[in-house]
Amino acid sequence: MTEEHGAFGAQGTGDTSGFGGLVRTSTHPGSTERPYGGYFDEITDELERAYPEFAEDIERVVIDRGELTLHVKADRLVHVAQVLRDNPALRFELCLGVNGAHYPDDLGRELHCVYPLLSMTFNRRIRIEVSVPDSYPHLPSLVELWAGNNWHERETFDMFGIIFDGHPGLTRILMPDDWIGHPQRKDYPLGGIPVEYKGATIPPPSERRSYR
Amino acid sequence: MTTHDPYASARETTEGRVYSVTGNDWDSLVTEIGATKEERVVVNMGPQHPSTHGVLRLILELEGETVTEARAGIGYLHTGIEKNTEYRTWTQGVTFVTRMDYLAPIFNETAYCLGIEKLLGVTNEIPERASVIRVMMMEFNRISSHMVALGTGALELGALSPMIFAFREREKVLDIFEMISGLRMNMAYVRPGGVSQDIPEGGMAKIRQTVKELRHNFKDNAKLLIGNTIWMKRTQGVGYLDLAGCITLGVTGPILRATGMPWDLRKSEPYCGYENYDFDVITNDGCDTYGRFLIKMDELEQSLRIIEQACDKLDKLDGAPVVIADKKLGSPADLKVGADGLGNSEEHIAHIMGQSMEALIHHFKISTEGFRVPAGQVYTTVESPRGETGVHLISDGGTRPYRVHFREPSFNNLQSLAAMCEGSMIADVVAAVASIDPVMGGVDR
Repeated sequence: MTEEHGAFGAQGTGDTSGFGGLVRTSTHPGSTERPYGGYFDEITDELERAYPEFAEDIERVVIDRGELTLHVKADRLVHVAQVLRDNPALRFELCLGVNGAHYPDDLGRELHCVYPLLSMTFNRRIRIEVSVPDSYPHLPSLVELWAGNNWHERETFDMFGIIFDGHPGLTRILMPDDWIGHPQRKDYPLGGIPVEYKGATIPPPSERRSYR
Repeated sequence: MTTHDPYASARETTEGRVYSVTGNDWDSLVTEIGATKEERVVVNMGPQHPSTHGVLRLILELEGETVTEARAGIGYLHTGIEKNTEYRTWTQGVTFVTRMDYLAPIFNETAYCLGIEKLLGVTNEIPERASVIRVMMMEFNRISSHMVALGTGALELGALSPMIFAFREREKVLDIFEMISGLRMNMAYVRPGGVSQDIPEGGMAKIRQTVKELRHNFKDNAKLLIGNTIWMKRTQGVGYLDLAGCITLGVTGPILRATGMPWDLRKSEPYCGYENYDFDVITNDGCDTYGRFLIKMDELEQSLRIIEQACDKLDKLDGAPVVIADKKLGSPADLKVGADGLGNSEEHIAHIMGQSMEALIHHFKISTEGFRVPAGQVYTTVESPRGETGVHLISDGGTRPYRVHFREPSFNNLQSLAAMCEGSMIADVVAAVASIDPVMGGVDR
């Protein structure tokens, strides 16, 4: 997922500490094999039964920290979501919005969208994750299924530039209408102004030496 | 109209004539609008309007006094908190998220910390005393938040006295917050691994005394509003939203419970040990503003019940730790109040400065970079006064969050404004907004 070089944020300097050559990579948890445990097996069984193209359209099933994530192909999102909402054995009535995430290093799948779903009938939670390339950031809108996703999708568009096709009015919601750029992307700087205190200048947070 | 009114100037635009009304000048406006043939008027209410709960802008299309379309304009309080947390350590993030929904800071902090603890896999290692203190603080916070909702809600409908009584009680709760955390709002009190400090000497007696006073004083507000004919006429059947509407719009909290649905995350997905407390989920089947008001009134008593049970538990757990035993996670949270404010305890300073070089190195590393959180993502929820506060955290294995997203109930619930208000009178819009109880800090983040 990401790769870090060196330590203490020092780059391009003569690092004599030995930490300069440090390379640290991190990856998200990979696919999980059956049995998943708990109600996750039941959900996937029912979904496979109700949605015959399960094997092709659901790229990965990940169980991590007691949470189930279905990685769905972007163009099949509405179909999978519809089954999850309407199938009597699944009944995920409530969608708790959309959240985006930007992974610039995940080439071809830079922009991810995460939909947490809740079934009040069975008191179960799952998560749908879809990814789209930065070059064509289009996703089908889920406003038809859950009207409450309207503002959430506008926010994700505003912050990440993901375009939700079929949204009734996809405009910026938190930033001003004429704003340029999408602030939550990783290539968008945090901004801020340097502060002078007793003669010393403290740079804005995104430009400070980072201890990581 | 040739006379120029400085408070109600008009100008021609492509969309028609636009009037700017800022003062006590409705007469001239009425005369002027009366001359036009158009029945339809678009009114821009806010973003600086006393009855819109902060910087909320309402765009209302009116026919006479009936609202035909209502839209909310938000974003006036957007502060980029989510982006900011990506440049700070996981512990420092608490200070940011507490400022989102500023009437329910403890809920934001707890949801965020529960998420970090789940990512770290230490959920079961949080000391019981810390969880009980979190529960107690959350319930006090629910009271203070409901007090603002009830007080300002009544104020916006023209009833002044309930606000005086509600804020009197809220002050008492804020005094408790000040005593325990040192701050009245935005306390950053709940930290990953526990809470920032234990309850001070003599604190329990004051808490019990306050609970007694609150229970007695809540009756004043109840007497003022419950069964009050004017209040009922202004709120009954107003801002109607039924169960189907709530579910499709993702609305949770008192609005959902006012449709008769007993949905409360404290019962359905207990966190912080809520399964060990005895309390009722309050519902009402009015689906209206009055129902939501009654639910908030009754939830006050349930919160007091939980606080009393928490006090009993705290008495039994006296002297138990309030932060996780793992020093690497717990030390940024392990603070004491000294003469110069909140900071590391004297014993800790003596240890790192005089006794152990390794402890000093650890202190330096943990204070500057913070602790590492294994890569992955979680979604944790708590039942805030306004509904489900969900936190989606993504870690890339580093010392800072990769992404923090808050699913704010205010943000989500404010969408239901159009469904509640269209077709109603303009005066009822104010009642409906008050019953949604949006906190703009949470809406805009």
